[in-house]
Amino acid sequence: MKAVTVTQTNRKLPQRGRFWSTAIRNRYLYMMSLPFVVWVFVFSYLPLWGWTMAFQKYKPGKSFFEQKWVGFDYFKQLFQDDMFYQALRNTLAMSGMGLIAGFTVPIIFAILLNEVRVQTLKRFVQTISYLPHFVSWVVAAGIISKMLSTDNGIVNDLLMGFHIIKEPIQFMGEGKLFWGIVTASDVWKETGWNAIIFLAAIAGIGPELYEAAKVDGASRWRQVWHITLPGIRTTIIILLIISIGHLISIGWEKQFLLGNNLVRDYSQTLDLYSLNYGLGMGRYSFGTAINMFNSLISVLLLFTANGIFKKITKESIF
Amino acid sequence: MGTKKLTRGAPWSDRLFDVIVYTVIIFATLITLYPFLNVLAISLNDSIDSVRGGITIYPRQFTLKNYETIFAFSGLVTGLKISILRTIIGTLLGLMSASMLAYTLSRVDFQGRKFVSTFLALTMYVSGGLIPFYILIRDLNMMGTFAVYVLPGLVSAFNVFVIRSFIDGIPYALQESAKLDGANDLTIYWRVILPLTKPALATIALFLAVGQWNSWIDTYLYNGSQEHLTTLQFELMKVIQSTTTNVDSFRGKNMTAVMAQVSPESVKMAITIVVTVPILIVYPFLQGYFVKGMTLGAVKS
Repeated sequence: MKAVTVTQTNRKLPQRGRFWSTAIRNRYLYMMSLPFVVWVFVFSYLPLWGWTMAFQKYKPGKSFFEQKWVGFDYFKQLFQDDMFYQALRNTLAMSGMGLIAGFTVPIIFAILLNEVRVQTLKRFVQTISYLPHFVSWVVAAGIISKMLSTDNGIVNDLLMGFHIIKEPIQFMGEGKLFWGIVTASDVWKETGWNAIIFLAAIAGIGPELYEAAKVDGASRWRQVWHITLPGIRTTIIILLIISIGHLISIGWEKQFLLGNNLVRDYSQTLDLYSLNYGLGMGRYSFGTAINMFNSLISVLLLFTANGIFKKITKESIF
Repeated sequence: MGTKKLTRGAPWSDRLFDVIVYTVIIFATLITLYPFLNVLAISLNDSIDSVRGGITIYPRQFTLKNYETIFAFSGLVTGLKISILRTIIGTLLGLMSASMLAYTLSRVDFQGRKFVSTFLALTMYVSGGLIPFYILIRDLNMMGTFAVYVLPGLVSAFNVFVIRSFIDGIPYALQESAKLDGANDLTIYWRVILPLTKPALATIALFLAVGQWNSWIDTYLYNGSQEHLTTLQFELMKVIQSTTTNVDSFRGKNMTAVMAQVSPESVKMAITIVVTVPILIVYPFLQGYFVKGMTLGAVKS
């Protein structure tokens, strides 16, 4: 309807004039969007241009044209560095574990919460469950290391109390436990929040389906399996594709805050690696190469996931 | 399909189902709530007494000394000021940019619609990464400024799309009639769209405010040595990092002096509460909104 009014009034004008006259009519819309487009260009697209640093021996203070081009030297250096493979392993391990746990736990939580028949309890639990999402990772990391600490940490106290262990476990100092701790922290912080979408999807399933199942004598297990889960299938797949796209871009915030020197072999992700061995040492070009590798893999994963799911399930995000 | 058999089996398995549901739900609530109550109790308990351990969810020897101590530390006061300031300014700017962009994208007769929309959407999937961004901030001379907190993240594609899908749900006839009354696009945005998108704006405001309040990485990277631009989260981060690891390069001189009076543990807990309380205050009010906003955003993106 709106488009029609525009084209009708312009029908007599030649192509070029039509563009400009529409542009003039759109002037306020341009005023409201162009400044932000420029903004996005500066802060989101210019950093992509910064990738050229990975192919130069970048020296701060020199202009772009004065930099020395070195081709793939920094990538060669990167692929020969053992620490790179360690960081890649850590990144993939933690994001893989995060993907699996961060996906299944909220779905299970949403399904179980939906089965709670006492409405006040349901609402109370849901309100509590979002809470950790809103506190910062700084706070979360502080709380988690307090809970896991060897002196008076509740986890060790409980394990000792039930005589499961004799000596308190040094949770935060044991490299092998680090991936698990990060994953568990993520689950603790985000389960309630991520369950919102699934709860909304479950709420959208027609009650007549459950009624029919009840008449057929299906147990509640069967109702969950045959009605609830298929009912939220599309939501699950769309979110899964998006998460796969973000698989490798897990960043470094949690790892920085929860990690320490004792667990560095397990806590250093690609981003943390670029921070410590790129930025921290003034090796901007080397660090940029790491970032670039990270971003490219991330996009590749997104397209692959999207393609695979499009084939198998006919669901895709683009 | 075997209806009789299932009906007979149902009560037993359904009862087990209920047991599992309530056990898991109650367990989940406990592990979410306990840590916060524990931290609160320790922050309100006498520092020396806390060292003995055994504090659960209520203070054994009530005191406000831990709080008095941390507020005597100048970094915390500055941090509080800057954190409040960046939350207010960052939220307002973010709301303005997201709502304006969302409005223009909702207009099918806008020429630039397709381009702007794609241009924005791409930013959700590709990023230049840590170091190119750092270099950019440095080249723009934004290191050591307050602007670095609110300007780089001004436009968020996700927020724009959430608001846009909300505007799409508003009948276009309202805009048409405003136009007939002689309103231009700017007036329509201000008088028609903004008042009607309040629920979506409230959600986005919450996201933005929480994001601003909780952020410390920008302080760490760009303003780490600027004491007058420190933020609350950054101060807390320094305290937490300096006591979990003995080797540290972060600890400020002032903080060491403070630590001598009460135990580091109590200081940590008190700051944690100070940092968390503002969020707890606004959160029940906005709950209804953000659930709506979350689902809206998910459907569109």
